[in-house]
Amino acid sequence: MSILVFIEHKDCVLNKTSLEAIAAAQAIGKDLGLSITAVLPCDKDCSLAQDIAGYNIEKVIVAKNEKLGTYTPDAYADAWEQVIKAVNPQYIVMAHTYQVRDFAPKVAARLGREVVGDCIRYRSEGGKLVLTRRIFLGKLDADVAIGGDAPYFITFQSGAFRGDSAERGSAAVETMDVTVGDVRMTPEAPFQEAKASVDLTKSEIIVAVGRGIKSQENLAVAQQLADALGADIAASRPICDSEWLPIDRQIGSSGQTVAPKLYIALGISGAIQHIVGMKNSGTIVAINKDAEAPIFDIADYGIVGDLFEAVPVLVEEIKKAKA
Amino acid sequence: MKIIVLMKQVANKDAVLRIAGDEKWINEADVAQQTNESDGYALEEALRTVEAKGEGEVVVCTLGPAGAKSVIKDALARGAHRAIHIVVEDSKSLSAYQVAKTIADAIRDENAELILSGLQSDDASYGQTGVILAELLGIPHATIVIEVDRGSLGDTLRVKRELESGWYQWFTYKLPALMTIQSGISQIRYASLKGIMAAKSKPVTEVTPAIEPFASAASIQKVYMPLKTKQTQMLGNGDAKAGAVELVEKLRSEVRVI
Repeated sequence: MSILVFIEHKDCVLNKTSLEAIAAAQAIGKDLGLSITAVLPCDKDCSLAQDIAGYNIEKVIVAKNEKLGTYTPDAYADAWEQVIKAVNPQYIVMAHTYQVRDFAPKVAARLGREVVGDCIRYRSEGGKLVLTRRIFLGKLDADVAIGGDAPYFITFQSGAFRGDSAERGSAAVETMDVTVGDVRMTPEAPFQEAKASVDLTKSEIIVAVGRGIKSQENLAVAQQLADALGADIAASRPICDSEWLPIDRQIGSSGQTVAPKLYIALGISGAIQHIVGMKNSGTIVAINKDAEAPIFDIADYGIVGDLFEAVPVLVEEIKKAKA
Repeated sequence: MKIIVLMKQVANKDAVLRIAGDEKWINEADVAQQTNESDGYALEEALRTVEAKGEGEVVVCTLGPAGAKSVIKDALARGAHRAIHIVVEDSKSLSAYQVAKTIADAIRDENAELILSGLQSDDASYGQTGVILAELLGIPHATIVIEVDRGSLGDTLRVKRELESGWYQWFTYKLPALMTIQSGISQIRYASLKGIMAAKSKPVTEVTPAIEPFASAASIQKVYMPLKTKQTQMLGNGDAKAGAVELVEKLRSEVRVI
C-alpha cells in the first residue's frame, strides 16, 4: 500500500508547499510502513518531474492530458480519480492550498469519501492516523478520527511540516495518460492586481512591522534590518490599511500565509488574524514594549523593549557578524 | 432566475468558548449565535445578481436546529424571497459529506440556476460542503469567489477567484453552477424596517430529513485548547539594546541565518 502526494505547480514551476506535503507523506510513510508516489497533473512531460524524483519517494507519476495545462477543477478531478483508482493508495496527502481546497473534496466525494482538511499534526494510533485540526477560527484544536475504508484524503496547513526537511533520494518517473471529460468552466489567464507584487510565501527571512512602528517614515528602520539580513518586509493589517505598505505585504488571515525560516515581528502585538498567517515560521522573534503582548506566546526569542532602541543595535551587530 | 443561498448559524466570533462536558464540541448553551460571516456575503451576492437580472428569486437554505430560524428571518428581512429550513437538532455531529448529501436531497428538485454559499464556516471550518454538494448535484463549482461579473449574466456567469499570494483568475461558468463566496466581496445591506415586516409573511418550508450514515465520516474525538508548543527565550532582561546583542548571537549560532 502507498501514499499519494499531490504536487502543485503552475507551468511546471513548483508550489513550495508541495515539498511540505512530501515531508508529511514521508513522516506518515515511516510511521505506517507505506511507500510514496508523487503525482503531477500536466499537459506535457512535466519538467518538474525530475526535480520531484530527487526526493526519497518510490515513484513520480505525471498524469498527462492536454486539458491539464491550466488548472480547472473538472479536469483535475478526472485526472485524480483515474490515478487514485490505478494506484489504490491508503492515504492521499496534500498541502491545504486554495487549489487543493477547490478540487480535493470533489474527488473525495466521487469516491464516497471526504477530506480531513487543514490539519496541523497527526499521530498514529493502531495503524490509523488521528489528525488534529483547528476549529472555531483557531481558538480550539480538535483531534479527528478517520472513518470507513481507504483511501483517506488529508490536507495539511501551510507550515505544519518543513519543506526543507523533505528527505532527498531517487525515484522513478513514469507518465500516465489520463482521460479528461467535459470541462465546464473556462479559465482566463491568472493575474496579479498589485504592482511590483512580492510572493512572501517564498521568503526565507521576513521582517514584519505593526502599529509599534508608529509612522510611515519609521519604516526605514525596519528596512535597514531587512537589508542587513537579506529579508523581505511585511506588515500586519493596520499598516496596509493605512497604506504605509502595499496590500501584498500583508501577513495574516486576509493577507498572505508564510512560513519563512526566520520571522521578526517589530511592534506587532499578535492578534489572532496576524498569527494565523505566520505562526508556522521556523523561528519567530518578537520585539515589543508590551510584555503581555500575545506575540510572545508563540515567539522563540523575545525582547521586551523599544524597537527603536533595539533595531539599530541589531543592524550594527549583524553587519559586524557578517563582516 | 432562481438562486439558492446556503446559510449557517455559528457561534459569535467574539464569544468566550467553553468546552462541552463530553469534550467533543463547545458548550453552546451560553454562546450567542450569528450568521456565518461569508454566508452573509453569499446572500448579498445573490440579491445583487437577481436585481441585476431583473427577475428571479433568492431562496435561503439552512441546515440546523430550530434555533437557526433566526438566520433565516434575518436573510428574509434583507430581501430573500423564501426559505428552506432543514431541521437537524444535532447538526454539529454531521460530517461535511452528510451535510452536503442532506442539502442535496432537500434542494435537488428546486433546479436552481445558481447556488451560493460562504467559502467555509467559522466553527467546524470544513470548507468543503459547497464543493461536495456541487458534485452530488452534478453541477460545476468555483471556490473563493471574490467578484461576480453581473454584466456577463446570461446562460453563463463570469466570476473572479482569489488564488494565493495576490493572484486572481477569471472563470466563466455555464449555469447551473455553485460558487463559494469570499468574505469582504461587497458591502452587506442592512435589513430595513419594511424588510423586517415583510419577512413575517414570507414562506419557510421545513424539511425533516432522514440522515444517512456515512462510513467515511471523520469524527471529532476530542476538543481542547491549542497547545503552547514554544518556550520563549526572553533576551536582554528589559534592556532592548542588550537584547539585540544577545539576539544576533542566537541568530548566528542557533538559527544560523547569519
